[in-house]
Amino acid sequence: MEIRLNGESRFIDQVTKMSVAGLLEMEQVASPEMVAVQLNGEIVDRGTYHNTMIVDRNEVDFLYFMAGG
Amino acid sequence: MEFKITRQVLSGMVAHSREVAPCEACGYLAERNGLVEQMFRLTNVDQAPDHFSMDPAEQFSAIREMRDQGLRLRAVYHSHPETPARPSPEDIRHAIDPHISYLIISLLTCKRPVRSFRIQQGVLKEETMVIS
Repeated sequence: MEIRLNGESRFIDQVTKMSVAGLLEMEQVASPEMVAVQLNGEIVDRGTYHNTMIVDRNEVDFLYFMAGG
Repeated sequence: MEFKITRQVLSGMVAHSREVAPCEACGYLAERNGLVEQMFRLTNVDQAPDHFSMDPAEQFSAIREMRDQGLRLRAVYHSHPETPARPSPEDIRHAIDPHISYLIISLLTCKRPVRSFRIQQGVLKEETMVIS
């Protein structure tokens, strides 16, 4: 499938769908529990990363939650 | 390591910090060709004098705007209204992204009210600020 990931086109071979959690793992994202994800412009609930599926032509963006004191 | 920033952005961060005091201010800094030339004020959803959390929806919007303008995320800034410009233990704990810098603006009267750090796995490295 081909998706748009953080604004750039990305071809993922031999896959027709993938969970948000799987994508973060594939991208080797450190501390995925601190990551916010948008799928086609909608923020994905953090508790559903394993169940939310990404398919061909989806737009996915992710970034780190920022906080401090 | 150097952190290059325009005087205009530096002044903008200080102005933002004073404007929202006594709460902490926060935002993104974006660069082009190694020079930070734009700031993105973001809402501190905690509205607290000793803590900040960015609004993820605003974060995504700011990142998109950077992309559209050919800019790149370079740093996160936030203010310390009542403490010096050095990362708190909480700042260090939340500094997950090793690819960006973390700027702190102190509103105390002090020698260096704005300082920039890289934070990797809890280890701080201060950057030299170069103002242009």
